[in-house]
Amino acid sequence: MSAPAIRLARRRAADIVFKAFCLVVTIVALAALTAILWSLLSQGLGGLDLDVFTRSTPAPGSKGGLANAIAGSVMMCALAMVLALFVGVLAGTWLAEYAGRSAYGAVVRFLNDMLLSAPSILVGLFVYEILVAPFHGFSGFAGAVALALLAVPVIVRTTEDVLSLQAATLREAGVALGAPYSFVVRQILWRSARSGLLTGALLAFARISGETAPLLFTALNNQFFSLNLTHPTASLPVVIFNFALSAYDDWRRLAWAGALLIAATVLAVTIVARIVAREPKRS
Amino acid sequence: MSEAILTPRARPARRTAPRGAALGKIFEGLCFSAATALLVALGGLLVSLLVGGWPAIRKFGFGFLTTATWNPVTDVYGAAGPIVGALTTAGVALVIALPIAGGVAFFLTELCPAPLRGPIGTAVELLAGIPSIVYGMWGLFVFAPLFSRFVQAPLMMAAKPGSLLEKLTAGVPNGSGILSASIILAIMILPFMAATLRELLLTVPAAVRESAYGLGATTAEVVMSVTLPYVRTGAIGAVMLGLGRALGETMAVTFIIGNAHGLPSSMFDSGSTIASTIANEFTEASTPMHTAALMALGLVLFVITFIVLGLARLMLRASAVKS
Repeated sequence: MSAPAIRLARRRAADIVFKAFCLVVTIVALAALTAILWSLLSQGLGGLDLDVFTRSTPAPGSKGGLANAIAGSVMMCALAMVLALFVGVLAGTWLAEYAGRSAYGAVVRFLNDMLLSAPSILVGLFVYEILVAPFHGFSGFAGAVALALLAVPVIVRTTEDVLSLQAATLREAGVALGAPYSFVVRQILWRSARSGLLTGALLAFARISGETAPLLFTALNNQFFSLNLTHPTASLPVVIFNFALSAYDDWRRLAWAGALLIAATVLAVTIVARIVAREPKRS
Repeated sequence: MSEAILTPRARPARRTAPRGAALGKIFEGLCFSAATALLVALGGLLVSLLVGGWPAIRKFGFGFLTTATWNPVTDVYGAAGPIVGALTTAGVALVIALPIAGGVAFFLTELCPAPLRGPIGTAVELLAGIPSIVYGMWGLFVFAPLFSRFVQAPLMMAAKPGSLLEKLTAGVPNGSGILSASIILAIMILPFMAATLRELLLTVPAAVRESAYGLGATTAEVVMSVTLPYVRTGAIGAVMLGLGRALGETMAVTFIIGNAHGLPSSMFDSGSTIASTIANEFTEASTPMHTAALMALGLVLFVITFIVLGLARLMLRASAVKS
């Protein structure tokens, strides 16, 4: 065989090896992730019954459910989202509409990115220092603030992105009609970016609803059903964590049911967020 | 009447401000304060860790980073064990996840049949959002028994006494340990890294790829010498974001690392990471010094991840500016 022919054969062989590698690792990766979803479904569905939603966490050996943890998670996530939407949308609006190319804007943008991927357990330590230690008590409020701190960067980021995508003519048209700029922002830009803002909120919600680490030493846990956020509050992730590491089979079964609930919620919310985000392109 | 039309009225000295203009300043101020609140939050995070960890930093000094004694009974703390544990598990996780994430991203952008591209890409992105506690539980209940039976036990049997393999595989074959934690971490960061890499590769202009194919390059050559170099900076940034995630991850690790202090001596040895130590001990800290030591540990994690994430963001930004 001539030299070029050998080289061609070698290149083709390398190509086949490369393609085979890509195919094999994709199959392996998808298989691993399917295995996780499969065990989640097979272990979780068994423990998922009406008791899970109507009874509070049991003592080992007795019947019970996750009602207190679900209620606690819903309350803390809801409060966290209210706080985070308020701060996040305003901060994102400032970055998109008022910051321009200022140095301060660049700093805030960079730090927001850092906060976006900061380890969530550190946020828990921070909130412990400012809201738990001074008041000598764990509380659902502290948990909600910790979750809000994790949701804010997501909302800031999406708010800035969707506002920057709005056409400049939209702003000019509003200003030309004599509207003050703040009115243009609130009544025109926010309105036309509505679906984008909603997507950001949903993604932030999906992120915080499964967070465990920041709740461990802020909201702590509570064995009983309670709607009082000034007391330690149970949450699904923390209950899952405690129950999964326990030695009792019925607790572990509840942990799997809870994990399935959380994963299903997160997946559903993420899918809705994607559908909402796609909507404006259709019209 | 006609006069009024012909001679223009004198212009008002000052244009009246539109209604609600005063509100504008307030609104802008509110937006500005919200943005500043972000700055305050991150600053507060750093300061609170510093203040909380100060007693431990003052007592143990630099030795806090280099000694591996972590003893709540005698109230002596050294963080080398958790620090080494965090760096090792994150590093090994990255080594495992990177080639796989790259392979998935290349497969999705270059090889995958068009009808499957969207669904698989979406599935990978959705999986990136699964809470890490799910990965941790799966690691503890499903992965660990299998790993113990099919990897740890056979490897320990096969290791010759006195060989390097024996040293590496020393420990209890119960499925947990440093290597198990690394593998679970790798599985957890895999969808995230694959999704980010895929997004980056999609930014390569079609003309660039097509001209490479037009010159007769094979798929492997197009990927390795054209598209990958095109997104190089961004790709390194994406990898470092994955590393940052692995370093600070709590839940996926705590379940399966074994939670032993001190320096791990083998792949199967129990260990701990910074995040897992804080998660396990913080609410049960017995003395003020114990709490302070955990806060100082948090500060170490903050500094490490801040550097990694900072570099990652700068690289991703540089790549975004280019494209």
